[in-house]
Amino acid sequence: MGELRLMKGNEVIAEAAIRCGCDAYFGYPITPQSEIMETLMAHRPWEESGMVVLQAESEIASIHMVYGAAGSGKRVMTSSSSPGISLMAEGISYMAGAELPCVIVNVQRGGPGLGTIQPSQADYNQATKGGGHGDYSLIVLAPASVQEMHDFVILGFELAFKYLTPVMILADGVIGQLMEKVELIDQRPRWTNEQVAEISGNWATIGKSASRKKHIITSLELDSSIMEQNNIRLQEKYSLIRSQEVRYEAISCDDAEYIIVAFGSSARICQKTVQIARKKGVKVGLIRPITLFPFPEKIIAEYAAKVKGFLSVEFNAGQMVNDIRLAVNGKTKVEYFGRMGGIVPTPDEVETALEQKLLRG
Amino acid sequence: MSEVADRIKEIIKPENLVYAKSPVLNDDIMHYCPGCSHGVVHRLIAEVIEEMGIQEQTIGISPVGCAVFAYNYIDIDWQEAAHGRAPAVATGIKRVMPDKYVFTYQGDGDLAAIGTAETFHAVNRGENIVMIFINNAIYGMTGGQMAPTTLVGQVTATTPNGRDVDLNGYPLRITELLAQLPGAAFVTRQSVQNPAAVRKTKKAIRKAFEIQAMKKGTAFVEVVSTCSSGWKLSPVESNKWMEENMFPQYPLGDLKDSSRADADLYRIKG
Ligand SMILES: Cc1ncc(C[n+]2csc(CCOP(=O)(O)OP(=O)(O)O)c2C)c(N)n1
Ligand code: SF4
Ligand SMILES: [Mg+2]
Repeated sequence: MGELRLMKGNEVIAEAAIRCGCDAYFGYPITPQSEIMETLMAHRPWEESGMVVLQAESEIASIHMVYGAAGSGKRVMTSSSSPGISLMAEGISYMAGAELPCVIVNVQRGGPGLGTIQPSQADYNQATKGGGHGDYSLIVLAPASVQEMHDFVILGFELAFKYLTPVMILADGVIGQLMEKVELIDQRPRWTNEQVAEISGNWATIGKSASRKKHIITSLELDSSIMEQNNIRLQEKYSLIRSQEVRYEAISCDDAEYIIVAFGSSARICQKTVQIARKKGVKVGLIRPITLFPFPEKIIAEYAAKVKGFLSVEFNAGQMVNDIRLAVNGKTKVEYFGRMGGIVPTPDEVETALEQKLLRG
Repeated sequence: MSEVADRIKEIIKPENLVYAKSPVLNDDIMHYCPGCSHGVVHRLIAEVIEEMGIQEQTIGISPVGCAVFAYNYIDIDWQEAAHGRAPAVATGIKRVMPDKYVFTYQGDGDLAAIGTAETFHAVNRGENIVMIFINNAIYGMTGGQMAPTTLVGQVTATTPNGRDVDLNGYPLRITELLAQLPGAAFVTRQSVQNPAAVRKTKKAIRKAFEIQAMKKGTAFVEVVSTCSSGWKLSPVESNKWMEENMFPQYPLGDLKDSSRADADLYRIKG
């Protein structure tokens, strides 16, 4: 059993980064996630392990620092909240194109624009459909607890290096600020230069030895026939991710007549809704996508043949509901309920919506 | 064409060569226009890397601009940065590999327009990197539009009647501004229009890399350059135009030669 502690979601991101042997963090302050960098700075990990922590001049600079350090074969991360992630879109697209691994945390707040500092899930489309320009996808992990904030930093780096792609942890202000018990991994060492060479030595720019050709990290290719091949290779990678990396949780779905689909802190609320509804005799289940890309479309399609309807519950105007509709493909009813602008619905509110939209609808 | 090719073949015969090409510069034919300064500066960087014996420890960051393909010519590891972001990319590399040599190579649009923030803050942090700045007063790659360094009255694709201060503001002497920053160790402005100037620029680039080895702060080398295609002048005319028009606005010489400032000068008292 690892060390147990009561911690805030944001703080645990920092703690997990240090403990898993992350090499560098670059970021820019923004509510509601500034504690991530503040916690890192307070720990001074550069004294212990040599981990770099640097406050950049903007989110644009942060993500391009991540690009440079990731290109050096290191485990690098950044974090921000919605407006900052928009600024990072350029660098994220370049990293996807250049096939560089990294972990990006988005503790979402309400938009559009400067919006609000209250929690939101309105960046679902931005995160799962790429967010920047070009045909690319990120692996998107949606934590629903402080424990998962911890676990997904470690999982994020594993997936980022397995597929050489940026991974996003799509959290929200609730999970970022929530305090919960968490089991921490034991401190792991950072990779040595020898390990970096072994793991990433065939692509990283760590200095060209006389025995090999130079390495070039780039997303540029002016020859369209080669660029198409590069795109095909990327798409094959995303197909592999779709087939290998789907993660979800199904709660009380076995006998369910209705299924709520919700991720992150919305799923926490809906877990309570399931209990309330079941007390009233309504057989409701909950599917919680853990990976938003790849989306758990297979399990949703399977239940589509069995249940009377799905309700997508999101802190936005209805974004994930479209992915559910694609998976359900007309086989049963799919409705949406959500609140926007930083408002978080109560379990009873969701239960009422379930009755109105599915039971009576 | 074949006559020209024959003449070039004649010129490059071993017995006609006065010095050998650095092995750090590979054999690919450069895509630069005749008379372009980029190729000369590439050669100087390659020679410095060779002479310092740092080929295995050097990582270059190419810009978005005509020099985007610098990585095709100098035989070291490279990262290609988004437009203007090279100083941030260099920061990322240098911070995780502090003992490597890291340099950016950027044009005026890249370094002094879209990437101004990244440029200023990298220098202000005193990142131990070398920055090579090719100031040709124009956007070469995209077909000759106005750059931040375009001179007043200079005709470009987006200033067809010449740069107008009321509309476009003033030529940006970013190098003078960077020399004010306490993180800068060495800031110089050079050119490569004749052998004497080329020798001076090479010395400046060598010095910049040596400063990086000493971790004294950012070493910044501007090269006032020609863009014969963008300026719509022959290579010879370009050099003349540069000497007459660019040098008065961008005077050559060292702007700073010390090392990153002492932090105590800036420290709070209490
Ligand atoms: C975000 C972005 N905006 C615009 C461009 C188009 N673009 C490519 S190069 C360039 C200007 C290059 O000029 P400079 O940096 O002076 O380099 P030069 O070609 O003159 O060496 C521009 C605007 C781009 N590639 N990316
Ligand atoms: S367009 Fe200008 S900068 Fe670009 S290669 Fe030609 S001369 Fe050089
Ligand atoms: Mg230019």
